[in-house]
Amino acid sequence: MAFLSLSNLSKVFGSTTAVEDFNLEVEKGEFVSFLGPSGCGKTTTLRMIAGFELPSTGVITLDGEDVTYKSPNQRNVGMVFQSYALFPNLTIGQNIGFGLQVRKLSETETNKRIKEMLMLVHLEDQINKYPYQLSGGQQQRIALARALAINPRVLLLDEPLSALDAKIRVELRLEIRRIQQTMGITTIYVTHDQEEALVISDRVVVMSQGHMEQVGSPTSIYNFPKSEFVAQFIGQLNMLPVTQVDLQNHTCLLAGQKVKFEHSPERKVSDTPKLAIRPEELQIGTGEGRNALTGKVESVLFLGAVVRLRVDVGGILLSADFLNERTRTLPRTGDQVVISFPEYSCWMV
Amino acid sequence: MKTKRGSFWSWLWIVLGALYFILPLYSTFDFSLRAKKGVLSFLAYANVFSDPAFWSTIGFSLEIALFTIIASLVLVVPTAYWIRLRLPQLRGMLEFISMLPFVVPAIVLVFGLIRVFSGAPFFLTNTFFGTDALLVAAYVVLALPYVFRSVDTGLAAIDVISLTEAAQSLGANWATILIRIIFPNLKVAILSSAFLTLATVIGEYTIASFMVGIKAFGPYMSLVGQNKTYESSSLAIISFLVTWSFMGLIQLLTRGKTDSSSLAGAH
Repeated sequence: MAFLSLSNLSKVFGSTTAVEDFNLEVEKGEFVSFLGPSGCGKTTTLRMIAGFELPSTGVITLDGEDVTYKSPNQRNVGMVFQSYALFPNLTIGQNIGFGLQVRKLSETETNKRIKEMLMLVHLEDQINKYPYQLSGGQQQRIALARALAINPRVLLLDEPLSALDAKIRVELRLEIRRIQQTMGITTIYVTHDQEEALVISDRVVVMSQGHMEQVGSPTSIYNFPKSEFVAQFIGQLNMLPVTQVDLQNHTCLLAGQKVKFEHSPERKVSDTPKLAIRPEELQIGTGEGRNALTGKVESVLFLGAVVRLRVDVGGILLSADFLNERTRTLPRTGDQVVISFPEYSCWMV
Repeated sequence: MKTKRGSFWSWLWIVLGALYFILPLYSTFDFSLRAKKGVLSFLAYANVFSDPAFWSTIGFSLEIALFTIIASLVLVVPTAYWIRLRLPQLRGMLEFISMLPFVVPAIVLVFGLIRVFSGAPFFLTNTFFGTDALLVAAYVVLALPYVFRSVDTGLAAIDVISLTEAAQSLGANWATILIRIIFPNLKVAILSSAFLTLATVIGEYTIASFMVGIKAFGPYMSLVGQNKTYESSSLAIISFLVTWSFMGLIQLLTRGKTDSSSLAGAH
C-alpha cells in the first residue's frame, strides 16, 4: 500500500471545480512535484493534503491512516510556504523549536534538534537572529528546517522558491533535493516552473484545469508527453500543421515536403493534425534515414549556451536549437538551410 | 529662494498650530498657579492631591479602564483575527459597527443601558458590581472604534493566514496560535488601543455620571470645576499630564519597532 494515497479527490468552490477526480499514490521517500499553470488546482490539492482545505469528495490516507477530515495540527505534516511564514516575533532558534515546544519536548531535546536542523541547512550561526535579519533564501532555509524539525510524515512545499531571485532559486532547489534525500522524507512539491520540477523530482504530476494530465518520471514526461497540453507545457515544442496524414504508413506532408513520423495506435490524433517535434531534435544538414526540410532562416537568436534558429519552411515557422560552439559558423538571416530530424523524434497530435 | 519662502510658510503654520494648542494650556496652567493671592504656587495641586476623593475616583477610573481594556481586547482581537482569517467578506460590516459609537451619542447609550438593565430579566443596576460591570460594557462600546481600528491595522501588517497555517502545520491549536503568534505580533497595536482606551475612560463624564456618579474621575472633575476654581484648572492639567504620559509610554514601548510583515519579507 502506498504511503500517501489520494483517491477520487475533488474540491469545489461555489460553482468552480478546482480539483476533479484526482488519484495518486506516493511511495515512502518519494519526491513528487505538482506542475501546472496558475489555477490548475495544484495548490488546492496540496492544501487538502495539509488539511487546510476539506475535499468535496474523496479520501486521503497517510501511512495507512485516513486523514481526510483530520485538522491540520493533527496530521504531522510539514509545510513550507511561498511567503516563508516565519514567525516575526520569534528568533530563528525559537522558530525551529516552535513545533517541538508544541509537542512538549524537553528543553535539552529541543535545543539539540534545533542545532541539528541549523546544521542541515548550513545556518548554524543565525540561531539568535530574527527573520527580518536574514535574506529571502536564508529565511526559506529556516522555514524548511522548521518544517523538518518535527519529523513530519510528509513534507509539503508550496512554490517555495517563487519569491527568490533566479540564482538563489537554482541553488536552493538542489539544496532541497539534497536534504530530502538525506532525510528520506516523502515530499510533495508544488511549482509552475517546469525546469524546477524536472530537476528536483522522482515523479512529476502535470495538472491542467483541475485534472491530472500525466504522471511520470521527468524523462518520460518530457520525452513521451501523452497530450498536446503536456507537450506544450513542458519545454519548447514545434507544432507544425501538416496535410495528407497517413497513419498506416506514418507519413505526412509538411509544406509539400514528405515527413515520416513515429506513431502508435493508442495515441489520439486530432481532426486538425499537427506534427510535434522538440527544437533540440532538429539539426542543420542532412543525415541518412532522417527527414529533411529545406527552408529559409528567418532569425538567429543567440541565447548563450544555445542558439535558436527560426526557419521558414514553405510559410511554416519552426524553431531549431543548437548547442553553441565557439568554432561553429552560424547561418545568417535569409540563408537557405536544410533541417533534418529522425523519424522517432516527431509524433502526430 | 522658492524653498526659503516655502520654509517660511511651513514654519508659520507650525507656530500658529502650536500656539492654538499651547496657549489655552499655558493659560490654564498659569491660572492653576494663582490660588494664593499675589504669588505663584502649587497650592491648588496640593489641595487636589490631599483630597481623598481625588485618589479614590482616579483609582476607580483606572480600575474600570483596566477591565475595559481587557474586555475590549478579549472581544476584539479574536473577532478581528477570525474575520481576517475566515470571513473577510464581513470586515466591512464590522468596520461599520465599530464606528457606531461615534454616531450614537453617549447620553443615548447610557439611557438605553439603564432602561434595559434596570428591570427584569437583567437587574444589573441594583448592585455596585452590576453597575460597574455595566459601566465597563458601556466603555467597551465607546472604545470600540479605537480598539478595532488599531487591532485591524495591526493584523493587516502581518500575513495572518500564512502564519496561522504555519503554526497549525507545526501542531499548534487555536489558543497557542493566538497567545504565541497573533498577540505578540500585535503588541504595538494592542498597546496603542489600550492607552487610547485608558485616555477615553479616565476623562469620560456622561456615562459615568449617570451610572456611578461621583465615584468616577470624570464626574469628580466636573464637581470640582463647579465648586473650586483653581483646583479645577489644576485637575485639567493633571488629566492632560496623565494622558500625555500614557501617550509617551506608547512611543517609548513601540520605539524602533517596524511593521513585522514587511521586514519578514525583506531580502
